[in-house]
Amino acid sequence: MKLNGAKILWKCFEREGVEVVFGITGGAIMPVYHEMPNYPIRHVTMRHEQAAAHAADGYARATGKVGVCMSTSGPGATNLVTGIATAYMDSSPLVAVTGQVASSALGTDAFQEADVTGITMPITKHNYLLTDVKDMPVVVKEAFYIARTGRPGPVLIDIAKDAQMAETEFTYPESINLPGYKPHLQGNMRQVRQAAEMINEARRPLLLAGRGVIIAEAEEELRTLAEKAHIPIVTSLLGKGAIPETHELCLGMGGMHGEAYVNHALQETDLIVGIGARFDDRLTGRAETFAPKAKVIHVDISPAEIGKRVPVDVPIVGDARNVLEDLLPLVQPARHKDWLAWIEKRREDSLSRDILFKESDKLQPQYVVRNIWELTEGKAIMVSDVGQNQMWEAQYYLHQRFGGLITSGGLGTMGFALPAAIGTTVGRPECPVWAVAGDGGFQMTCQELTTIVQEELPIKIVILNNGYLGMVRQWQELFFEKNYSATRIVGPDFAKLAQAYGIPGRTVEEKSKVAEALQEAQATEGPILIDFHIEQEHNVFPIVPAGKPIDRMLRRPVEED
Amino acid sequence: MSAVPLNEDYSRRTLVALMADRPGVLSRVSNLFRRRNYNIESLTVGHSETPNISRMTIVVHANDAVLEQVIKQLYTLIDVTKVSEIDDQEAVIRELALIKIHAPSGKRAEVKQLVDIFRAQIIDVSHDSMTVEITGTEDKVNSLIEILRPFGLKELTRTGRVAMARGAQNTNGEQ
Repeated sequence: MKLNGAKILWKCFEREGVEVVFGITGGAIMPVYHEMPNYPIRHVTMRHEQAAAHAADGYARATGKVGVCMSTSGPGATNLVTGIATAYMDSSPLVAVTGQVASSALGTDAFQEADVTGITMPITKHNYLLTDVKDMPVVVKEAFYIARTGRPGPVLIDIAKDAQMAETEFTYPESINLPGYKPHLQGNMRQVRQAAEMINEARRPLLLAGRGVIIAEAEEELRTLAEKAHIPIVTSLLGKGAIPETHELCLGMGGMHGEAYVNHALQETDLIVGIGARFDDRLTGRAETFAPKAKVIHVDISPAEIGKRVPVDVPIVGDARNVLEDLLPLVQPARHKDWLAWIEKRREDSLSRDILFKESDKLQPQYVVRNIWELTEGKAIMVSDVGQNQMWEAQYYLHQRFGGLITSGGLGTMGFALPAAIGTTVGRPECPVWAVAGDGGFQMTCQELTTIVQEELPIKIVILNNGYLGMVRQWQELFFEKNYSATRIVGPDFAKLAQAYGIPGRTVEEKSKVAEALQEAQATEGPILIDFHIEQEHNVFPIVPAGKPIDRMLRRPVEED
Repeated sequence: MSAVPLNEDYSRRTLVALMADRPGVLSRVSNLFRRRNYNIESLTVGHSETPNISRMTIVVHANDAVLEQVIKQLYTLIDVTKVSEIDDQEAVIRELALIKIHAPSGKRAEVKQLVDIFRAQIIDVSHDSMTVEITGTEDKVNSLIEILRPFGLKELTRTGRVAMARGAQNTNGEQ
């Protein structure tokens, strides 16, 4: 039986197990939307295409499945771009489908035409311009395969309108034929043995866990290796939640806003075993000065990440879980007592500086985050935005849930939290989901409050409102002569804004009201927004100034007036 | 541990890449070089011995570390099936150039003589110009251009390097 391209697309989605599509319709994608009601796939209508991409990204990160977003041609597609780039940087599997003008009009600057495959080439793992309906099943199958395998990432399919309407026989291909794409899943055993020897000989080893551990679902393998060889674990921002953060061997996040003892450990270690982490500049600081005493073992599924930023002694290309499984029996049980004592001494010093936020009467952001942590027992899925709020979340919320943090790490996309929380909640309705954003980032995508109401998503929205683009203001204070150029921002009454959308909203200005407001949020069945008016010029410490070694951080002031 | 050195030991390195002959593949490769800030010197592309597979010769200014990254990044492109470095000593490397020079009738004999020495060919003559075709190593092409330059260089086009491993060794790794 012959089917048109639109029907074939939905049939392909069914075959790929797609449960939900986040999107917005429009002229050049109308044939696809026309067929949508005939297929048992949920559609979440967003209010901006950027949010559709973030929602699909959040869904993908929360479930490990491929997230799907959809838009029309031209402006619809270009609006997706920020979301696609965000997913690309953080290895999130996405299939983005965009409508395109009819193939006869391609290249003529037709209404709502944009060169979407050209625009997205550097921010997708692969993309397709589909002008012949006969190619559709193969292209869709390849797109899902490429998105979810190897180092996951976004794949875009740009479908000319005539290809959506033309008919052909539908057969879904059984197999994939991509001679140029063969992800390497199993580590080379010679290198694995070499790595094991280095681990066995190391005196002050560290494991560095990145998002690759979470993607590979290697929680148990990572913990077992750490416990057997007695190796403390440092995580990147996106590696948070790779191991319960209250585990005695988990040191927490390192890098630009890592605690001093974590960065000192990185500078002192004699062996870093990087697993699914790409040694990005926020972690390493100035690369030439990073971990000067360390040999490096780097396990990554993408060969291109190995040796990109720091030289590597033993490269292992493979899936994190497979490599850890191979490594485990070759690693000797060990106790690194002196090394852990060395770290512990510095950890105590760091913790002692932390008393300040508990003793201040002011409403400090750390206090809010710590209270959410206590209330949710570290088990919520936290979706954070970008900037100070993101770092406070990272420093004060100790994740107990594997993969419990969803945030834009690589691209650092403000406005990510709210739409990503939508995708997260759609994908994991059984989990408590909290979105934490600053007043700046929140205003970039707050139109999605409507989507939350429409889909009845019980998201707990927390705004850490300081009336500034806070992280930039902090940099201006510390590094740009306190010249607060364009960082003071006004916002609406967020509680009233929420209420206008039909979401209960509340403002909290006093420290004494924090716990009670959060309890109310937790007890509320549906969505709720709490706008915390935090101390305005509060800074994130520690901070490593740009271009400095990571042990040259500015620490928290010991006393505060 | 020290960082990957970026500014020393750079030289011209030749890569041969095989890739699916699909629309956009040239743009994917050139886009990648631009985006990753690799210093590309020349790039030629054409059909290979296998149907639907294109063969690209890329000359890049790089040291070992950068070249390794270039190769790995090329492999991240789904359409790229094979990338190999061609060692200048173990490869035949050629370039073709068309050189149009100012050559009124009084100069033609002299030009002809020089062209013969280089085993190049005169492929077009007009009342005041001659067009010379030369195939050879870049050095040879450079030398001829320099020798012809005093006549007055009117137009010049070069293909950039094409390369192939010598003897039984195949660039696609097979014997």
